[in-house]
Amino acid sequence: MANENNTISITYREAIKQALRDALRADERVFLMGEDVGRYGGAFAVSKGLLEEFGPDRIMDTPLSESGFVGAGIGAAIAGMRPVVEVMTVNFSLLAMDQIVNNAATLLHMSGGQVNVPVVIRMNSGLGRQLAAQHSHSWESFYAHIPGLKVLSAGTHEDARGMLLAALKEPDPVVIFEYTAMLNLEGKIPAGAGIVEIQKAAIRREGKDISIITYGPGVYKSLEAANELAKLGIDAEVVDLRVLRPLDESCFLQSVRKTHRALVVEEAWRSVSISAEISSRIMEQAFYELDAPVHRLCGVEVPMPYPKHLEDISVPQAGDIVNMIKKILQHD
Amino acid sequence: MENTIDRDHGKQMLYQMMLIRRFEEKAAELYTQTKIRGFLHLYVGEEAVAVGVMQALKTDDNILSTYREHGHALARGVDPGRIMAEMYGKQEGCSRGRGGSMHLFDAGKKFFGGNAIVGGHLPVAVGVALAAKKQKAARLTCCFFGEGAAAEGEFHESMNLAMLWEVPLLFVCENNLYAMGTALRYSHSLPQIELKGSAYGMESMAVNGMDVLAVEEAAIRAAEKIRSTGKPFLLVCNTYRFRAHSMFDAELYRNKAEVEEWKKQDPITALQNLLLEQGSLDAAAISELESTVETAVQKAVGFAEAGSWEPVEDLTRFVYSEPQNS
Ligand SMILES: Cc1ncc(C[n+]2csc(CCOP(=O)(O)OP(=O)(O)O)c2C)c(N)n1
Ligand SMILES: [Mg+2]
Repeated sequence: MANENNTISITYREAIKQALRDALRADERVFLMGEDVGRYGGAFAVSKGLLEEFGPDRIMDTPLSESGFVGAGIGAAIAGMRPVVEVMTVNFSLLAMDQIVNNAATLLHMSGGQVNVPVVIRMNSGLGRQLAAQHSHSWESFYAHIPGLKVLSAGTHEDARGMLLAALKEPDPVVIFEYTAMLNLEGKIPAGAGIVEIQKAAIRREGKDISIITYGPGVYKSLEAANELAKLGIDAEVVDLRVLRPLDESCFLQSVRKTHRALVVEEAWRSVSISAEISSRIMEQAFYELDAPVHRLCGVEVPMPYPKHLEDISVPQAGDIVNMIKKILQHD
Repeated sequence: MENTIDRDHGKQMLYQMMLIRRFEEKAAELYTQTKIRGFLHLYVGEEAVAVGVMQALKTDDNILSTYREHGHALARGVDPGRIMAEMYGKQEGCSRGRGGSMHLFDAGKKFFGGNAIVGGHLPVAVGVALAAKKQKAARLTCCFFGEGAAAEGEFHESMNLAMLWEVPLLFVCENNLYAMGTALRYSHSLPQIELKGSAYGMESMAVNGMDVLAVEEAAIRAAEKIRSTGKPFLLVCNTYRFRAHSMFDAELYRNKAEVEEWKKQDPITALQNLLLEQGSLDAAAISELESTVETAVQKAVGFAEAGSWEPVEDLTRFVYSEPQNS
């Protein structure tokens, strides 16, 4: 529904679907493939209706063969198509990781620049629905580790609406993380929202006391925390990394130079993580700007347990962010 | 079903199938009451496969299964109360509540889970069978999976390895015609899954998975083959799931008439009718069975309700093995 400010309310799910529809309409080379994207309507109902609209040549249901169809997407990309390959969730992407890491990310380099791979690989990530230890992974860091890939994390509705369209313009492989826990969330986007740029991080809320640097579901949790903190007179800035590879470090470094404090928030496990990378870059490049050590709030290092009370405490919640920031500022 | 069947044995298999059916219906009900969360994949319609195959297994044999494993666990004799408590997430559950519906484990019953990565347990099953071979044990390993899983590379690698190494492994493919919403014809170039055995030189057969006697007979034959030759066997049970893939499935991919058609082959009704016809059971005996089942399911729910939550301080337990108290 459009309102006077010319914004519309939309769910995260619908935003992705609109992007898919735009992409399929705009370029005949684009096709969507993955498990249950067609007849089932998408495991998360994201592509519901697209089969009827575009037909089975463009909305291809694949068997359970992750390595096979991701590899086929890579092949189709090097041969002139623009495949959007959906791997239902990041949990299953491990079966395709060889294709992504050893083929998509390397063919350009190994061929001395002759063979580029314009494939877009989308996958759902994250937790929050009591799906236990094999269905709750946050593995952005695995892919962010790989030179040759571009890795995007859609932490807002605008990015859910626009990142895919930008990714399809890239000559190189792009992995887009979408978040299961956010699919039903309503958000506001400009009525004419479409493609977004995919080079830069974004400041989602300006503040002067501390920089919360995060991505994915960390974004809305951090904004929620920042609102709470504002009631206490604490003015937090929220940085949404958006592009996990290559990192836009100038954005968060600039933010830290302004606030002099940083808290990095992610749902993923702490060791060898994105937050570890952010923290060390701040240390390397903005150490003398800091008034406090860089802090991190990450997922507890345990395979995700099923019961809700254990799942809830396995990842940082808005309340944890509030408490941690109160502590950091008192410890000045 | 033209055969006749021993009265007590028939009654026992009927009881098991009825128990699975009622347990699953109860689980669905509890899911809508939010007592059970996460993913819940029901086995309704496929009961003859678990119960039939289990007749061929001995207590020392190993079992590995999928996320649709409540029926296998029940037929194996895992305590219904501990299964229900697991689905509640209570620490009295068979996996301490850590696993939930998709990850039922009972090492004492040689029931090694509940795997939710499609095809992920197949290579593991090869290894479990390989261990038995190396240990010169008579033990057989049985691995359940769906026809959708047979499209995964891990299925093909496992078939090859099992045959190459000649390990005592019974592959049981539960062909219920759908992998989520993807019908068999959209996922397999060769839809007769049993024919895939020949690519690896592995003996195989397909059986009517709605007929518990046929499944039992085929499984016993397959198990005997495996025990006598030491080689693996692929048994395909053609069956159908009456309910949605999971609780999140709008079933856009199949029509109600198809489901109703399959319900005419309900494996429980079929066995009931056979037992009635041959005079082994009467209506009174069946309603007595029903009430025994109802009591067992109620008891399981009661056990789960009375269970306790694991303390939050224990969150990081079981990431690594704990030192044994000696
Ligand atoms: C590797 C992997 N890919 C995708 C999924 C999502 N998924 C779960 S069950 C399923 C269908 C499996 O079908 P089938 O093997 O026939 O078993 P059924 O559910 O019919 O018993 C899919 C696609 C998964 N769990 N693991
Ligand atoms: Mg199936």
